[in-house]
Amino acid sequence: MKMTGSKILLECLRLEGVETVFGFPGGTVINIYDDLVDSPIHHILTRHEQAAVHAADGYARATGKVGVVIATSGPGATNTVTGIATAYMDSVPLVVITGQVPTPLIGNDAFQEADIVGITRPITKHNYLVKDIQDLCRIIKEAFFIARTGRPGPVLIDFPKDIQVTSANFDYPETVSLPGYKPTYSGNLRQVEKAVKMILAAKHPVIYVGGGANTPDAARWLHQLAETLEIPLTTTLMGMGAFPKKHPLSLGMLGMHGTYYANMAVTEADLLVAVGARFDDRVTGSVPHFAPHAKIIHIDIDPTSIKKNVRVDLPIVGDLHDVLEKIVTQLAEFPEEMKRAREETASWRSRIAAWKESHPVRYTPSSLVIKPQFVIEKLRELAPDDAIITTEVGQHQMWTAQFFDFSRPRTFLTSGGLGTMGFGLPAALGAQVAFPERRVIDISGDGSFQMNSQELATLVQFQLPVKIVILNNNYLGMVRQWQQLFFQRRYSQTVLEVPIDFVKLAEAYGAVGFSVSRPDEVEETIRRAFDVPGPVIMEFKVEREENVVPMVPAGKALNEMVLSS
Amino acid sequence: MKHIISVLVENEFGVLARVAGLFSGRGFNIESLSVAPTLDPAISRMTIVTHGDERILEQINKQLHKLINTIRVIDFTGQDRVEREMALIKVSAEEDTRAEVLRIADIFRAKVVDVAPRCYTIEVTGTPGKVEAIVELLKPMGIRELVRTGPVVLGRGPKVVEK
Ligand SMILES: Cc1ncc(C[n+]2csc(CCOP(=O)(O)OP(=O)(O)O)c2C)c(N)n1
Ligand SMILES: [Mg+2]
Repeated sequence: MKMTGSKILLECLRLEGVETVFGFPGGTVINIYDDLVDSPIHHILTRHEQAAVHAADGYARATGKVGVVIATSGPGATNTVTGIATAYMDSVPLVVITGQVPTPLIGNDAFQEADIVGITRPITKHNYLVKDIQDLCRIIKEAFFIARTGRPGPVLIDFPKDIQVTSANFDYPETVSLPGYKPTYSGNLRQVEKAVKMILAAKHPVIYVGGGANTPDAARWLHQLAETLEIPLTTTLMGMGAFPKKHPLSLGMLGMHGTYYANMAVTEADLLVAVGARFDDRVTGSVPHFAPHAKIIHIDIDPTSIKKNVRVDLPIVGDLHDVLEKIVTQLAEFPEEMKRAREETASWRSRIAAWKESHPVRYTPSSLVIKPQFVIEKLRELAPDDAIITTEVGQHQMWTAQFFDFSRPRTFLTSGGLGTMGFGLPAALGAQVAFPERRVIDISGDGSFQMNSQELATLVQFQLPVKIVILNNNYLGMVRQWQQLFFQRRYSQTVLEVPIDFVKLAEAYGAVGFSVSRPDEVEETIRRAFDVPGPVIMEFKVEREENVVPMVPAGKALNEMVLSS
Repeated sequence: MKHIISVLVENEFGVLARVAGLFSGRGFNIESLSVAPTLDPAISRMTIVTHGDERILEQINKQLHKLINTIRVIDFTGQDRVEREMALIKVSAEEDTRAEVLRIADIFRAKVVDVAPRCYTIEVTGTPGKVEAIVELLKPMGIRELVRTGPVVLGRGPKVVEK
């Protein structure tokens, strides 16, 4: 059957199982938008293309499915860039479709032309310019395949307007042929055998879990590995949720704002089993002093992650659940050795327990002023276990990581790699679209919130009951903290001078707003907000100069933490 | 340390930019690069010469591999290989230097491929070292323009990398 390019696109999306797309129209996608009217695909109109990408990203992180975005050429396309880079850094599967000027005009500086394929080359897993309608179906098929397989990531398809209106036979391929792309790896058995030996021989083992393991499949095996041998486990910001924080073996987060006991355990470990993590500098601190006594086993799907930042004694390239399953299965053949290993590591666990006891995650409570950590604790109490929490970037993000007890994969959505302020609200929007019945909360700072606050309109339009918590310190708090500690309190451009009436702002968009400044109002406010059927802003005026601790100053070793401010 | 890397890629637009981007994105210089289709016209072969420490080169090799359009990456550093490059050299040929230019060309089994009054263009093929050497010897005669292809390389023996 003959169909236009734009209809073919929508039909391909349908066949890929896409129910919802996020986007913003314009001249070079107007045909697609016209065809959307007759399509079963649901479109969420965000108020900014960056937000459309973050929303698709939140949708993808929460579901594990591919998030889909449509934007127009030129400014629409360039507005997607921060969103794409955010998804790329955190390995989130997206397909971003941008309109492009008609092919005869490409390269002529035509109206609203931007070389988005060139611009996004280093921030996409792959990208395409559709030059011939005959390639369209193959490209879309490949784009989805590439986005979701292997180490997931964003793929961009630049789709010129003239090709959208050209007709061709519709024939969606069943399979892809990509000779240079082999995304699934089964872990090498001999490497697995070596890993099993190393794990059984370790006296001070620690498992270090990154975002790659934050899937239900990998998390299940991880759980088994940790429990059968009683190995303490720490996660990165991105790994949060892969292992229940309340579990006795959990060390919480490691790294710059990690727990005392996680950082001490890594520093004293004799074996570090890294699973789907990439040894980011925010995690390692000073690399030569990172896990100085440990042999390192690194399990990852992406060979480029291995030995990039640190030496590795045993690399295992493969799908995490496959490798973890093999390790757990092989371990089961050594019941005696496992028993011995558990006994021999008992004193290690007591040492860790002592660290936990002496240096718990804590803050100084107050009955006069709202402590930001107190708000997070209350949220943790009042939100259900399957609540999805998003954050922006800054102190509030770190407090969320420290004080919220995540227990399930895909419940903590935060921009870890790029650290994008303005991510949280649209990501929450996307997650709420995916799960209309679940509690979705964006924990925000007053600075970050203003980077995508226009999305309040989208929340109201689509009746998305996202609850927004603004921990208002009237500062770009995280930067202020650095200025306090390392720049003699010279608060250059980090004071947000103009007090914003967030209640009025919410109301201006047709949402509900609460603002409180007394600790005894916190719980009540959260309850009231949860009872409102639509979107709510809760502004908490918090202690202005509270700092995030522990803190490993940049370039220092993990055990050189600043413990109080 | 010098590295010489062959990359088999799908013969498509944009692939060269992806490969080059991996180097430039890490502040790495590509010293030379040659690209042309292989026996299979759907596949091109790039030969890249670059300098860098082992760790960064290992990272670049892996990143090259990771590109969707890359089919194979072979690092020929330290391998037994045949390495050749070609240069065209436009050199002054005055009354008193013409004979010397021809003599040097002869020694290097180079060919004069264009003759103009007081100027020869010489084609030379060989290892980069050999090209270097003839350039040095011709310099005193007055080299007006020089173009080099950068090396191409094949492993020695019957083993092949293309399928
Ligand atoms: C888009 C963007 N610009 C700048 C930064 C640098 N930055 C990191 S945290 C931060 C302050 C954030 O302030 P706020 O949202 O109020 O959070 P707080 O730290 O006060 O909790 C800034 C400016 C960033 N991460 N992202
Ligand atoms: Mg703030």
